[in-house]
Amino acid sequence: MALLSKKDTNLILDPLADNNPITIQVLGICSALAITAELKASVVMAVSVLFVLGIGNVVISLMRNIIPSKIRIIVQLIVVATLVIIVDQVLKAFAYELSKTLSVFVGLIITNCIIMGRFEAFALANGPWRSFLDGIGNSLGYGIILIIVGFFRELLGSGTLFGFPVLGNPITKTGLYATGYENNGFMIIPPAALIVVGIIIWTQRSRNKALIEDN
Amino acid sequence: MAINTDKNSYTVIFAAVMVVIVGTVLAFLASSLSDKIRENERLEKQQNILYAMGINENEGEGAVNFVPTDKVAGEFTKYIKEQLIIEGDKITKDDQAYLIDLKKQATAAKNGETRKLPLFVGDKDGSTFYIIPMRGKGLWDAIWGFVALDANMIVQGVYFDHAGETPGLGANIKQRYFMDDFAGESILSNSRYAGIAVAKGNNDPLNKIKDDNEVDALAGATITGDGVSAMIRESVNLYKDYLETIRVK
Repeated sequence: MALLSKKDTNLILDPLADNNPITIQVLGICSALAITAELKASVVMAVSVLFVLGIGNVVISLMRNIIPSKIRIIVQLIVVATLVIIVDQVLKAFAYELSKTLSVFVGLIITNCIIMGRFEAFALANGPWRSFLDGIGNSLGYGIILIIVGFFRELLGSGTLFGFPVLGNPITKTGLYATGYENNGFMIIPPAALIVVGIIIWTQRSRNKALIEDN
Repeated sequence: MAINTDKNSYTVIFAAVMVVIVGTVLAFLASSLSDKIRENERLEKQQNILYAMGINENEGEGAVNFVPTDKVAGEFTKYIKEQLIIEGDKITKDDQAYLIDLKKQATAAKNGETRKLPLFVGDKDGSTFYIIPMRGKGLWDAIWGFVALDANMIVQGVYFDHAGETPGLGANIKQRYFMDDFAGESILSNSRYAGIAVAKGNNDPLNKIKDDNEVDALAGATITGDGVSAMIRESVNLYKDYLETIRVK
């Protein structure tokens, strides 16, 4: 017997490509623009969202039959804010260094529309196990795009990857910089992420025509 | 029994119960962890102060490495000779001065009270360091730090930190390559406490010119950089009178 049924496997695999939260569902764009100037920040954000969305989806799914529909959005918001604050406080007490690294991401996670989007679209209508898989799948799909964007922005904007200089030193002109190559300062600022995401969407839709909506 | 979740009464009760549960959980967590969190923050402050005066475990270029938390309390008493509180003309010694909350003192000053200004005097290998705590505003939230000066008002080291600057841009003020540039700069310009400006396009990216009161800015983080400039200038000026008494002229 397979660990996951075909339907369950699709919950994880679909969001990686054909139902990607950023490029297809257009969720979580704000954080994709804000924090992808560095690969390291992209990875930290992806892991944090994986954690919060996985657990949050399960909690919302367990509560789905008792949440009053009129105030469901605010209930979702409270659940995600509570989860994030608990994690933040526990880290501050027992893993202070790590909490310093994550502190700036806390606000970004609570307001990340991918989390509210999946609560609303999936967890409210499905059981906990399927909701958990959906959360993992969507945050992985989100993470992949973040890492791709972070890779290009850090490489072209700063000439580094994870902070390590891979193209030489731009100030003393070694490596690639000796040939007259310059870092592209535009890649550092948020609009560059919009262009990189745009190129990913373009590539994806040109390879899979089924994703193009007819007008 | 199926519950009618659309009824107004149910909605109100649900909301009330939820608030009570969440409130209790968070309050319980906060009060049970607060001692530990405060202890961590205290050690971090000691690490930051020592970092500014060059007591750290940095190796070559690269990452910021503090004195480990298990050793920091001992190192702090070893290297920090005096902790002063400057209140107007009155200067008192207090070995808890590093716990003074600068934000509260700034509010007190606004209400017309005299603010308490903590200052730390460090001693390493016979040279004396005067370490000034700083606090200011970045783009999104508070920024703070420490600057260590010698008696000639030359910066010996700095440490910056922030609450919520953009990762990869403004958040880089706490990176070595930014902080290391400040060492050697003077905070004086023609005997005026000018501080050090984080300047764009100062044509000195390697920061070889040490008498221009400028360091090279971070690309894409103009407002955070301006915040750092303002923070240094304003904080140093609060200590102007005291610094004049110790300055080598």
